[in-house]
Amino acid sequence: MIAAKSKCELTLSVNGETKTVQAYPMERLLDVLRQEFGLTGTKEGCGEGECGACSVLMDGALVNSCLIPVLQAKGASIVTIEGLAGDSRARAVQDSFLEHGGAQCGICTPGMILAAVSLLNKRPEPSIEDIREGLAGNLCRCTGYIQIFEAVAEAARRSAAS
Amino acid sequence: MRSDPAEFELVAPDSLPKALALLAENSDTWLPIAGGTDVMVQFAAGKLPARKLMSIWNLAELRRIEVLPNEIRIGAGCTYTDLRENEVIAHEFPLLARAASWVGGIANQNRGTIGGNIVNASPAADSLPALLAYEADLILVSVRGERRLAYRHFHTDYKKTQLAPDELVRAVCLPRRYSGYLSYTRKVGTRNAQAISKVCVAALGRLDDGVIADVRIAMGSVAPVPIRLVETEQILNGQRVDPSLLQLARKTAAAEIRPIDDIRSTARYRTAVANNLVAEFLGRLGASGKKDRE
Repeated sequence: MIAAKSKCELTLSVNGETKTVQAYPMERLLDVLRQEFGLTGTKEGCGEGECGACSVLMDGALVNSCLIPVLQAKGASIVTIEGLAGDSRARAVQDSFLEHGGAQCGICTPGMILAAVSLLNKRPEPSIEDIREGLAGNLCRCTGYIQIFEAVAEAARRSAAS
Repeated sequence: MRSDPAEFELVAPDSLPKALALLAENSDTWLPIAGGTDVMVQFAAGKLPARKLMSIWNLAELRRIEVLPNEIRIGAGCTYTDLRENEVIAHEFPLLARAASWVGGIANQNRGTIGGNIVNASPAADSLPALLAYEADLILVSVRGERRLAYRHFHTDYKKTQLAPDELVRAVCLPRRYSGYLSYTRKVGTRNAQAISKVCVAALGRLDDGVIADVRIAMGSVAPVPIRLVETEQILNGQRVDPSLLQLARKTAAAEIRPIDDIRSTARYRTAVANNLVAEFLGRLGASGKKDRE
């Protein structure tokens, strides 16, 4: 058991690599990813779990990294948007976002793609309602969402066809 | 102002007995944190009064769903995703499964826990009206042992509960006896996802030969705590659903709730919505009886 007001040392897996970090246990996973590991694809939007810009996968589950004290990520496997670079499903979603205008300013895009990949991992052939629900925690102020939903639907169709 | 993490302690006991022992030693100092969907929001806003936190996220003892012959025991550390993925909950407790699907978005459902929803004690909590409708019991645990109490007695006033400083909620118990009931639930808010309700309702009803044999109507966001509309239920039981009964039910419900004006809605709107929800539920209940007789 770690009791600390001082920094603690903890080990976690980030994008498949084992990392050890010295951090205050209440530091947000978001800040550790960005500042300690330089993984700035994880964005801060609202900082209170409303917008999804800081989405990452923790042990395979979509989570808001702004709401996770880093101590709770001890021993966990974290995947950020950078970790999806070689993932074929993520590439399909990314290509589809480009083609459908699913990304404009780009701040929400990493979180959107993570949420989309998380959805498609569970439901490879989602209905439009599934897509809306799967992305409901990710806010976008540019696109109006329709292009994003179309991009995810198209990525799913292509994956199903290939 | 954002909180400085250097000012906070966080410990992570690796078992329930260790967590309880820590609470017993320093009962007024450790704030339990599970998925952090409430606590971390307060932390981010610099509004968290506690400085010492104890993580109970993922404690195995709290993250089980036990299906017994007469009841289902949902560990307090189960997430909304855990609830949605459980087949017994999906089939026998649809009010709870639906409520779980309305919480935040998927990322919040993967972290928010039923125990957290109960202890945070928001009058607007999505899952709590369902627990009232199903007449849930809570199992509370401390180093002194376990005690069981009816969930309807747990909230004593706005954000006040029966939980002792050294206790944790261990499990939520739902009796498995609602197979013949019509379920009705709605959340009225700005949106379903990522929005806090203006009014939410969870209701159960059973007709016997066209007569209301048992009815339960629970609402959130209409009083300082989630409530059962017991007076409305009383005037409904033993009656047939007809227009005059609907009128009486609307009046009784309006007199029974205590909504307020706040940033999300007004007392007047909430009363109108609550009445409409009661009427819609009764309409469906009445229609289900006609279907049975056809």
